Amino acid sequence: MNTHVLQSNEAVVAQEKDKMMSEERTHTLSVYVANRPGVLARISQVFSRRGFNIDSLVVSPTIDGRYSRMTIAAKGSYDGLEQIILQLGKLIDVIHCIDHANDVSVIRELALVKIRVEAEARGEAFQICEHFGAKTVDLTDHSMIIMVTGHSDKVDACIDMLRKFELVEMVRTGKVVMARGEEIT
Amino acid sequence: MNNEGMTGGEALVRCLENQGIEYVFGLSGGAALPMFDALVDSKIKLILVRHEQGAAHMADGMARVTGKPSVVIVTSGPGAMNTITGILTAHMDSVPMVVLTGQTISSMLGKDAFQEADVFGTTMPVVKHSYLVKNTNEIPRMVREAFHISATGRPGPVLIDIPKDFSSGPFTGDLFPEMDLPGYKPDASDPDEDALTQIAAALSQSERPVILAGHGALIANAQDALLALAEKLQAPVTTTLLGKGAFPENHPLSLGMLGMHGTAYANKAMVNCDLVMSIGSRYDDRIIGKAPEFCKKAVRIHVDIDSAEFGRMIACHHYCHGDARVVIEHLLPLVGKLPTDPWLAQINDFKRKYPLGYKKRGGLKMQQILDSLDRLTESRAIITTDVGQHQMWAAQFCKTIEPHTWLSSGGAGTMGYGFPAAIGAAFARPDKQVWAVVGDGGFQMTMAELATAAINKLPVKVLILNNRYLGMVRQWQTLFYDDRKSGVDLEGNPDFARLAECYEGVKGFTLKRAADIDKVLQKAIDYNDGPCVVEAIVEKQDNVFPMIPAGAALEDMLIDEPKSTTKLEKPTGST
Repeated sequence: MNTHVLQSNEAVVAQEKDKMMSEERTHTLSVYVANRPGVLARISQVFSRRGFNIDSLVVSPTIDGRYSRMTIAAKGSYDGLEQIILQLGKLIDVIHCIDHANDVSVIRELALVKIRVEAEARGEAFQICEHFGAKTVDLTDHSMIIMVTGHSDKVDACIDMLRKFELVEMVRTGKVVMARGEEIT
Repeated sequence: MNNEGMTGGEALVRCLENQGIEYVFGLSGGAALPMFDALVDSKIKLILVRHEQGAAHMADGMARVTGKPSVVIVTSGPGAMNTITGILTAHMDSVPMVVLTGQTISSMLGKDAFQEADVFGTTMPVVKHSYLVKNTNEIPRMVREAFHISATGRPGPVLIDIPKDFSSGPFTGDLFPEMDLPGYKPDASDPDEDALTQIAAALSQSERPVILAGHGALIANAQDALLALAEKLQAPVTTTLLGKGAFPENHPLSLGMLGMHGTAYANKAMVNCDLVMSIGSRYDDRIIGKAPEFCKKAVRIHVDIDSAEFGRMIACHHYCHGDARVVIEHLLPLVGKLPTDPWLAQINDFKRKYPLGYKKRGGLKMQQILDSLDRLTESRAIITTDVGQHQMWAAQFCKTIEPHTWLSSGGAGTMGYGFPAAIGAAFARPDKQVWAVVGDGGFQMTMAELATAAINKLPVKVLILNNRYLGMVRQWQTLFYDDRKSGVDLEGNPDFARLAECYEGVKGFTLKRAADIDKVLQKAIDYNDGPCVVEAIVEKQDNVFPMIPAGAALEDMLIDEPKSTTKLEKPTGST
């Protein structure tokens, strides 16, 4: 093999890879863990030690009561996240850790949004809800709570539309993710 | 089996006995009373220390020499917190250790009880794993898992925090329970065949290979396999600081240690090689210098038991996950002799041109003392060190030719490590001469353990290389901060030889002149009724070379003291 050609090709590939690796994007990690005290602290330390901010974190029981599922959304470069996945995998209580790309997994979240709205403007609020398939789950003379579910992008879009009203409070569950088809989460 | 009337603490001690533990290192206290009480009736010997950090370093020293986990038992709160530096040291250098800490009773947890500290939480970043006992009967499972986790895969410290009500409470469980570790798969089975084939192919193309052996090679006991591989390939071998002993440094293919203060010929070899194969090293910042420049034209290979190390510091062309010894043994039949004669000739040129050396004029030189120590001990003693100039010179001048005879705090760089580690090593290897090579700064951090060494009549020999400075920091201030000395002058040092003799059975010697080196060291070698301390008053202003300033490339190594007119840039790398 001509090593010279190999090296110059390698340089190009390496440059492109560097660019891709250092680009920031949101990753959704699913971490399957033994249900033991301290496991959440250990996992969050892996992030905080490297200066990573966790955007959302959902801990929930699984079918098998001995294990829990953590779904963690975090922004960061691919190579930074890759290190985190490797370090998470080293934790004794972690069974596995998978980075889920959007295209092969189902990502959903739920948001409750409380807006201040008087009777005359309610119609528009209902219109927005209808468009996004959101529900009103509480209604008073001056306010309503809207529950919207779906992919995080859709939830974001709905909340953006609701900003024309005064947003009083908002609670989001954070993402949950499940791999499609035969893949495991 | 009669478990009748047994307490949690007694069950714990029984479990330690079943693990084959002979010694535990510790210091007692209120929350640890049930554990210490149980030790009274045990054949395990308790080594009472004077400070808990000492206990952790002693266990560390013993573990590095034996390869098996050693045990620390301390009390809650300050007792446990004092072990943290020792746990960090073991964690950074992958040393197996089981730390048992007393804790306040479970009903008082989180209430700021007397001597309560969140030990489980505080130690989390520096342990491989940890437990907080919540039921007396789970103690044996946790102990068994702790020993297993600590010693397998990439070793490390494991901590068990035991509330006093569980160590004193009645034990009614099973002393030999099953482990329950579904997420822990430490054993790389046989190494990947494709990876081995690719590595063998890359090796076969190489004319200027270097093998870089790290601590992982020693942990895996790969020294024989490594020797066979190097001789078969006719490839030179360099080691990291912690890899010293993985390859005999008196072998013609040995390059000694590489890196920041490594030999010039090892670093020259790295710069000129066409292939580097790391076996059990993590390519850490002390050895690679500026990461993008490190062996950038060479084929880079990384063999490690911890796949999370792959690509962490530098990208390699080939990775092979596995135990160093197993990987080498699988690789051996796939490789043959390489055409390295011109390369070895070039390396011999480097060795002739840039030998390790020192000037004998001026004050007493640390290098000369260490050189003599190496000669008088025929490189066969166990050497432990602290951290700083003396450590680097000891690494350079004390040849390590047997595995597990060089003990130094590498990753953590813990001052105060050397002396207690030597005590641990002396318990483990009574057949060996043990020298703690320390500085005047580091020794004062753990010198209270003179009592521990004295009452156990351990013939540990302490060589204090006293320049009345924190010498390595002073060196950086001299080279990079216009010699503006700040916080490095250790005025107020005691007369260490006299101080040592305050302890019954401890002998003190003072060394001031180069002409007396052999005589004084020989006296220390011949004194075996207990510990002895040799205080050498050495040249104050000497600097360690070669040196690669932190963050600089290996090419930019300073082989010797720069001219005083040369202004050096402040290093950009970490410390």
